[in-house]
Amino acid sequence: MSRLPDVITTWFSSRGWTIHPHQQDMLARADDPATLLIAPTGGGKTMAGFLPTLAELAAGSHDGLHTLYVSPLKALAADIKRNLRTPVDEMGLPIRIDDRTGDTPSSRRRSQRADPPNILLTTPESLALLTSYEDAPRMFAGLKRVVIDEIHALAENKRGDQLMLALSRLQALCPDLRRVGLSATVDDPAAIAHYLARHPDPCDIVLADPGPAPDIRMLQTDAAPPWAGGGAAHAIPAVLEQIKAHQTTLIFHNTRAQAEIFFRNLWLANDDGLPIGIHHGSLDRTQRERVEAAMVRNELRAVVCTGSLDLGIDWGNVDLVIQIGAPKNVKRLVQRIGRANHRYNAPSKALLVPANRFEVVECQAALQAVEAGTLDGTPRTHGPRDVLCQHILIRACAGPFCAESLFAEITSVGAYSALSREEFDDCLAFCATGGYALRAYDQWQRLLQRPDGQWQLRDPRAARRIRMNIGTIQDADLLKVRLKRSRGGKPLGEIEESFAATLSAGDTFLIGGQIVRYEGLREMTVEVSRNASKTPKVAVFSGTKFATSTQLSDRILTILKQDSWPDLPPHTAQWLELQRSVSQMPRRGELLLESFPFKGREYLCVYGFAGRNAMQTLGLLLTKRMEELGLDPLGFVATDYATLIWGLEEITDAEPLFDAQALRDGLDGWLAGNAVMKRSFRAVATIAGLIERNTPGQRKSGRQATFSSDILYDTLRKYDPDHLLMQITRQEALSGLVDFGRIEEMLARTRGRTRLLRLDQISPLAAPLLLEVGKVPVKGAAQEKLLERETEEMMRRAGLTDLPG
Amino acid sequence: MSGYSFSLAGADLVALGAGALWWPAQQLLCVSDLHLGKSERHLRRGGAALPPYETRDTLDRLGVLIGNLVPQTVICLGDSFDDDAAVQALAESERSALEALMAQRHWIWITGNHDPAPVGLGGEARNTLSLGPLIFRHIAEPGFSPQPHSAGEVTGHYHPKVRLRGASRPAFLLDHQRLILPAFGTYTGGLCTTHAALRGLMAKQALAILTGPRALPCPMPR
Repeated sequence: MSRLPDVITTWFSSRGWTIHPHQQDMLARADDPATLLIAPTGGGKTMAGFLPTLAELAAGSHDGLHTLYVSPLKALAADIKRNLRTPVDEMGLPIRIDDRTGDTPSSRRRSQRADPPNILLTTPESLALLTSYEDAPRMFAGLKRVVIDEIHALAENKRGDQLMLALSRLQALCPDLRRVGLSATVDDPAAIAHYLARHPDPCDIVLADPGPAPDIRMLQTDAAPPWAGGGAAHAIPAVLEQIKAHQTTLIFHNTRAQAEIFFRNLWLANDDGLPIGIHHGSLDRTQRERVEAAMVRNELRAVVCTGSLDLGIDWGNVDLVIQIGAPKNVKRLVQRIGRANHRYNAPSKALLVPANRFEVVECQAALQAVEAGTLDGTPRTHGPRDVLCQHILIRACAGPFCAESLFAEITSVGAYSALSREEFDDCLAFCATGGYALRAYDQWQRLLQRPDGQWQLRDPRAARRIRMNIGTIQDADLLKVRLKRSRGGKPLGEIEESFAATLSAGDTFLIGGQIVRYEGLREMTVEVSRNASKTPKVAVFSGTKFATSTQLSDRILTILKQDSWPDLPPHTAQWLELQRSVSQMPRRGELLLESFPFKGREYLCVYGFAGRNAMQTLGLLLTKRMEELGLDPLGFVATDYATLIWGLEEITDAEPLFDAQALRDGLDGWLAGNAVMKRSFRAVATIAGLIERNTPGQRKSGRQATFSSDILYDTLRKYDPDHLLMQITRQEALSGLVDFGRIEEMLARTRGRTRLLRLDQISPLAAPLLLEVGKVPVKGAAQEKLLERETEEMMRRAGLTDLPG
Repeated sequence: MSGYSFSLAGADLVALGAGALWWPAQQLLCVSDLHLGKSERHLRRGGAALPPYETRDTLDRLGVLIGNLVPQTVICLGDSFDDDAAVQALAESERSALEALMAQRHWIWITGNHDPAPVGLGGEARNTLSLGPLIFRHIAEPGFSPQPHSAGEVTGHYHPKVRLRGASRPAFLLDHQRLILPAFGTYTGGLCTTHAALRGLMAKQALAILTGPRALPCPMPR
């Protein structure tokens, strides 16, 4: 199919447009089972994906669903619907287009199932839900093509795994289904192709012209960045100048909390009253939509945002991208830069703004990497089994199934192609009985095997519960924030429950760019009032924290090794020189440790440069060891380059703490009881269907909230430590949150050599860590001591020396 | 046994860090809301198969207390079983473990909202029990306001807990006329003392006694 129907070519020429070479390539491959297109934003990527569909549907002879479009964003599905509608109408093509997401009203969803459109635009979760219905074979009958947009983003996470499992189901229903993936620039296109295609089908990769190299540099500011912190307040005047000099600027931040602080500071300095908005994942949906709509109407000069705008709608007027804070990962930086100037063949323009002096070094390393064109990828291994468990349950909702055919479908998914039958059977057993070593309550098992060998739900009503819990997105426990009013005030957004627990009446925090005052908690809603009189506590948003990639960490160590730093701004060079004179510079071949007293506590700073997750794990392992040695650790905080531990005792001998074997043993012993593991377990258990976030007809009375997943974890650990979910949790944690591989790398790099320096005060490099958010308390002997002191103090302050009664 | 000693309506009592109440003068141990059989009930009603170990774990912990204190009387303050069917579904090993705990002592099942009365097990089932200056029942009575020198009320039901310094602990709640016990069962959630139901029940001067390695009293967070 390389020839387009006349009606389409006529439409192109009437606009004075020509078809791009990569669009032509995609047309030529329209009959291939799978094709991956890699193109910069603004390169007509979406049209390239849809042209073959329009060509096939132009004759008007196709009945029912023809093409399924899946994107990671609901907003994108709605936007593509609009953008596709216009040309289709202008070409006069007889094509019905509709979108279906969690926001679609149920009446429209029902009619879509009864009478599907020709093109359906949806998300991975909505698609998974569709495959769970018994009438799925009828709805998807005749489906020819599936187009997966932003596939590079989906391929990185469990949403993508769920999507590909759903596709394996569709492929079984529609054997000649053809797949197309649309991707931004990636480090390893072949890996994405493997992920996209039905295994072992081939998948051609079409590379569009990447366009000219980006224009990227560090923003020059009059004021030096601070010694510490992530606010980048020093850069506000320079950033405002840039906003004035451009049409529309996107200002990216790594965390939601930083975006909030920056937005507030920007607004305070915005004397010209430039229209500037804020956009991040914790803001209320209507607020986010308002900002998006204003962007579409070109009413905003700048948007302060986070990863929530990494993907999505093309805004042609964005002519500058500013990255506040070090970019952590070169691939994401390059993709963010691509958000600027969506005009084909114009260079994207971007500025990096280091928020503190260490980030000046990181930004320098990132600039070197972009110039060298080296992207850093995080390779994913096998498809996660918790997602597989959910898929089995979804399959059971659609009707009885045969285990052999389901296994064959699942192993046709690239990410699951190496799954063994034994692993599959374990997942099936988990779904059926729970898969516990103790075989209890077999009469109530969730899935039953029928006499004919097929599996089905014991209780068909369970389908409703399973459908209510479809999805793999894990939100931290979030509480809604509302303005306090007599009748339900305006929703502002969400904060983490753990942060809300630290607030008491009168405390202030930032959300949506305004300072609010905590008034109280009412029925799982945080009530606040407007109050601008105090310095805010800053909301601790979970927003993904990325670890600085191995490549960037290594480039940073190379920069630190220099005798002097003529390429760095003088303020940063001087700071590094100060570190060298007060203490030492961390080196690649040796692990530098600093010990010093500060405000009545003893500190130990470990310069491991292993990325945030691994440094976090190192903090857990070291504090565990210190607890055993009676060194009373109280807590620690980790950044990408160092871990800072505080406690009651000075560390005088570090060697025993860093013995490689002891660390590995500690990992096994420690792995069990710790908060990171429990967090991983909660995610795994929720996805696998053990913990239900939503249950039918059960409004929380508040009297007995469901018990925490921590209790389930502790119970399994005690009575069934080899349970499937424990295995998955361990595997996930080791590669993700625990990232022990990078600790091994660090130990190999330093060959176990440590150098402990005793300082009489905090060092220049250690200072920034004190201001880091995400401090982890150690729940050991020292915490029990302090808890005791605190309750005694509360008794004393309340004047309760005598007992009541 | 680490505990916090106090007196209620003239009775000298100890709130144990393990989450049970000990009355030395009566050699009486009281626990509330065991919710035995919770995982079975969850699965029976179409939910997921939770790890089926909570009954064993709850009985193990109760066994440790009974082994150490050797009480003459044990009161289970209601919601001992997740529902009636859960009593019947008790595994053989769990039933015999429970019977071993019950042997040679006075065992009282106070009926709760989940379990009207356990059938087929020994022990005595009652709605309430008055003993000396104390009255034991499952749910606290909001209007309950004893005359001076009359009964103090001991109840369960609410699963109270306290959040402090980032830790969340089941807790006893105590004022001059009533004591509310934390839930003893392994699979039990909790209700924060800041919830209106608990604020309404407990007097202004109420204490929360946190469970844990040591029982820690503090003014009840409201």
